[in-house]
Amino acid sequence: MSELEILDLSVSFATGGGDLQALNKVTFKVPEHRIVGIVGESGCGKSTLIDAILGLLADNGRIDGGEILFEGRDLTKLGAKELREIRGPRISTVFQDPMGALNPVFRVGRQMTNIQYRSGLSKREKARRAAEMLRRVRMPDPEAALSRYPHEFSGGMKQRIAIAMAMMMEPALLIADEPTTALDATLEAATIDLLLELQNQIGCSMLYVSHHMGVIAELCDEVVVMYAGEVVERGTTRQVFLKPRHPYTQRLIECDPARLAGRAEKLPTIPGDIPDLRARPSGCVFAARCSLREEVCGEPPPENVREGHMARCHRAAEN
Amino acid sequence: MLNYAVKRLGLSVVIVSVAMLLLFSMIYLIPGDPAAVALGPRATEAMREALRIKMGLDKPVWIQFWNFFASAWQGDLGREVLSDRPVAQVVLEQLPYTLALIASGIIWSVAIGIPLGCWAAVRRSSFADRLVGVLSVAVIAVPSFVIAIYALLIFAVTLRWLPAIGAGEPGDPGSQIVHLILPSLAVGLGWVGYIARMVRASMLESLEASHIRTARAFGLPDRQITYQYALKIAILPTVTLLGVGIGQMLSSAVFAEIVFARPGVGKLVYDAILTRNYPLVTGAVLVTTVLFVLINLLADLIVGALDPRVRSGF
Amino acid sequence: MFAADSDAVGAFRRIFAEPLGGLGIVLVVAMIAGAVFADLLAGADPFRISPRDRFLDPSLDHLLGTDHLGRDLFSRVLHGGRIALSVALFSTAASLAIGIVLGLIAGFGPRWLDNILILLFDAIKSFPTVMLALALVTLFGPSLTAVIVVVVLVNVPGYARIIRTQTLALKSAEFVAAAESMGAGTARVLRVHILPNVIGPLLILASMDIPVVIAIEAGMSFLGLGVRPPTPSWGAILNDGFTAIRDTPWIAVAGGLPIILTTLGFTFLGETLRDVFDPRLRGRG
Repeated sequence: MSELEILDLSVSFATGGGDLQALNKVTFKVPEHRIVGIVGESGCGKSTLIDAILGLLADNGRIDGGEILFEGRDLTKLGAKELREIRGPRISTVFQDPMGALNPVFRVGRQMTNIQYRSGLSKREKARRAAEMLRRVRMPDPEAALSRYPHEFSGGMKQRIAIAMAMMMEPALLIADEPTTALDATLEAATIDLLLELQNQIGCSMLYVSHHMGVIAELCDEVVVMYAGEVVERGTTRQVFLKPRHPYTQRLIECDPARLAGRAEKLPTIPGDIPDLRARPSGCVFAARCSLREEVCGEPPPENVREGHMARCHRAAEN
Repeated sequence: MLNYAVKRLGLSVVIVSVAMLLLFSMIYLIPGDPAAVALGPRATEAMREALRIKMGLDKPVWIQFWNFFASAWQGDLGREVLSDRPVAQVVLEQLPYTLALIASGIIWSVAIGIPLGCWAAVRRSSFADRLVGVLSVAVIAVPSFVIAIYALLIFAVTLRWLPAIGAGEPGDPGSQIVHLILPSLAVGLGWVGYIARMVRASMLESLEASHIRTARAFGLPDRQITYQYALKIAILPTVTLLGVGIGQMLSSAVFAEIVFARPGVGKLVYDAILTRNYPLVTGAVLVTTVLFVLINLLADLIVGALDPRVRSGF
Repeated sequence: MFAADSDAVGAFRRIFAEPLGGLGIVLVVAMIAGAVFADLLAGADPFRISPRDRFLDPSLDHLLGTDHLGRDLFSRVLHGGRIALSVALFSTAASLAIGIVLGLIAGFGPRWLDNILILLFDAIKSFPTVMLALALVTLFGPSLTAVIVVVVLVNVPGYARIIRTQTLALKSAEFVAAAESMGAGTARVLRVHILPNVIGPLLILASMDIPVVIAIEAGMSFLGLGVRPPTPSWGAILNDGFTAIRDTPWIAVAGGLPIILTTLGFTFLGETLRDVFDPRLRGRG
């Protein structure tokens, strides 16, 4: 049984220079109690995917097709009100930027009680739950923290508050959008431990978005690799990291700073740029940057699935 | 917060002192002999000399300035020429009328401007938004005294809906409020535009902030996000703007008081100039300047109270 | 030369492309034409008193009627535009010149002088404009000079601050230090390094200040503190109309309408100029 299932999801944005197709037939599942990582360079459509799931696409964005199934309902067909009832209590989110994630002019306690507005609890009970949640994210002196303003906390502490807010509603699905990017390595490790611990206690599924291969490898059960708005490879973490089948994934793993720590003087990067999403290539999206490119790559590549390990590449059968 | 308030207060004191210096140099530079002006052409030289000594005009400039400065800080602004009453008392009698006028002007501008700005921001780039933009610019551009006269012409003279002159019956709040409507509209209308523009711009900015995205991701109702989470931040620059704006409203109040024949500090200064009652002019200008500086101070302190980042950052 | 021309044409097109910019240009051009060709357009002498023609209704002879002295209002309105325009141009130019000089002094001068000037600017701004005007009129007596001095005092701090900021930014930049050590005079530093960077924003701000200047002139003349009678000024006409508002309201309309149309015209034009040329200045108004 899957908590979240995304089927053939396509999203585009109307821009001055024509329609920009940000997501193209994205398909993957987040099984119950599992952590699925989404990895890709910036601009690969990770943020658009999150916005689409949450129903928070910008005004010029629209869903062209596909389904987002969550707890048996297709989120793309729900109205604004029904989506709001799911956001927060059922699907909650921890965003990338802990500095900006909290409203600067309201006390932390007020913001934490505000999001419980659907719970029907008394004000006192809401505050008690907020303090309890802060304790669970190991905030020192949680009661006092409630009456402080966000700017009085460090970045790491703010991210804990954000995590506490997201977990407080005991969601079925937690979306973590690069939650550790703005933190240093020590805080990153602590934050990941905290997320794992809470995910275990609450028993939710998690969609963890990152461009950091090391974190994904450590944390996730399954991995979805995205490039230019398409899923190019999908499989268990073992499969993808030990035997990457798509050339893009192979390059990503080679480029990961954690793997290279200590030996490389220069970070290898993948030459070239993501294709113009206003005019998608008819064949493989990665072809222009691929060192293994052949003539057949001008055709749309098939999904090659072996033991549940999918790669969208003409040459996937070779490895 | 206290530290911030003290620093801000110190700055205000310096500004008022400089304003006093400017004002004093101005009096000192006024061509002609104040004593002669005060006593009129039929006074004898002995009478003028006596008044000069009484006013301290025989002393060196710097002593004159010190006397002016020291007594002004103690609230002694001298005596006005015509009735020999203390200037401070005369000005303070008129001040409540002007304050009431400005306060009602602010009520107009805030009560219309803030919702209008929010409304336009939420409907960004729509026709309604553009219309609000053009109207805001238009009411800002047109001088308040023209608005005052046209308001008088339309609502008091032609339609006869509202009274044209005076401040209403003393002790009758209803009549006083009715008499406030047109003058305060003239004072506040331009500021409806300023505030609508300001609120719109800062709402657009604060609606883009990532904490607004967080609030949405937690399913908070749009109304709460717009009117609580975004507006509380968007309102901060508006409060500062209003602090500055009250100076301009004081200017508009002078015209409104003259056009609608209302008592008030503006009318007082105007009449004092026409009768060459210079101590009254300088006294009233000084009082309004202090008032203006105080209001700016208050606006900054309010911003400090609303925005926790300001008071710790200062 | 050709490039500059096509730039200017392009900019003009962009201003006209904005509906408000187009409206602004039309109003401003109409106002300037009315002021320049006042004698030709009006026909009647704005000063000629004819007691028999007092308070005439608008007619073909007197497009806007006559005032309490029987003077032709249309002619007075057009000639009033001359006063408004010349005060606006002269005092804005004077403010710019003084603002540039004071800004340079604040920027290049010693620290204490800079502090004093900044404090002085703040103090001037802490007088409400009308109070400043009233205080100055006590000093100079009601006159055009008083109007111009008020405008200069009100405008100079803003312009000086822009120049000062730019100067301070340049002072820390090394190339000016190099230029100075090579013996370049202040005038050269100003011409080569400072003015090219600020002339755009400065002119846009000045153009946006023009309606304010016109309002100050009209306002002071309305109070009898500006242009002396019988010189026609919109403010003075408005005051005549105010006095006679119960019986002959069109005089007030005739005095107020040109003020409204001109301030709107210059404001729309200034806003469009700013949006087209320098969006960074947005939010300053």
